[in-house]
Amino acid sequence: MSPVSRPLSPHLQVYRWQISNTLSILHRLTGVALSIGAIALVSWLLALASGQGSYAQFSWIFTSLAGQLFLIGWTFCFFYHLCNGLRHLAWDAGYGFDKSVARRTGIAVVTAASLLTLIFWVLALARVAE
Amino acid sequence: MSLKSPLGRVLGLGSAGTGTEHWLGQRLSAVAMVPLTVWFALSLLGLPALDFYAVTAWVAAPLHAILLVLLVMALVYHSSLGTQVVVEDYIRSSGPRAVVLALLRLVHIALAVAGILAVFLIATRAPL
Repeated sequence: MSPVSRPLSPHLQVYRWQISNTLSILHRLTGVALSIGAIALVSWLLALASGQGSYAQFSWIFTSLAGQLFLIGWTFCFFYHLCNGLRHLAWDAGYGFDKSVARRTGIAVVTAASLLTLIFWVLALARVAE
Repeated sequence: MSLKSPLGRVLGLGSAGTGTEHWLGQRLSAVAMVPLTVWFALSLLGLPALDFYAVTAWVAAPLHAILLVLLVMALVYHSSLGTQVVVEDYIRSSGPRAVVLALLRLVHIALAVAGILAVFLIATRAPL
């Protein structure tokens, strides 16, 4: 069968940019970032399994400034993907499709993810300072 | 002009006939990870320290080890399904796509094995 030249979606250039598509793209981006984070998580367990020396090396990487920035980034990705994932599950169950509702839950998801990230790191750094 | 019947022209152009499993697996692993990841995040915050001994003792507790293995499994499965869709969406030519999909799957299998084995090794090493 010869390939048929069909129109491709999404037509990014003809649609107005709005919160729904931005958050959809962000869901995918954070998902990919978290997949890379999964490698870091497994590396953490492997370092711990390998003994004190390798665990110290691993800790050194992630207590450096760059390491901490990565961890903060992954924390936001996690909370965003979690909150927006719950939004997706609600859609799967048939709730929240109204345009105004979807808009409001979208804003709520970004707000919640930002606040949770902030709270998590304030608590984490407060523990270190203890 | 094609001699194919109207029905013949459209048959085989529809859905792949599979996908429900993928869809369901993605959602089930997502639901499983809601409590698992929240537990993990809260546990990290609650640990007295993140040094070698404190974390080893925490991982080695049987309940924690079990939950960590479940987390690794759900996470890797969810990641495998999710990144698969991304590749399917953005890599159009079938050759490179098949290669990348195969590599992705292998990486995810390796991740799952490594994560589960690491938890097992930590849990069986303790008490130190």
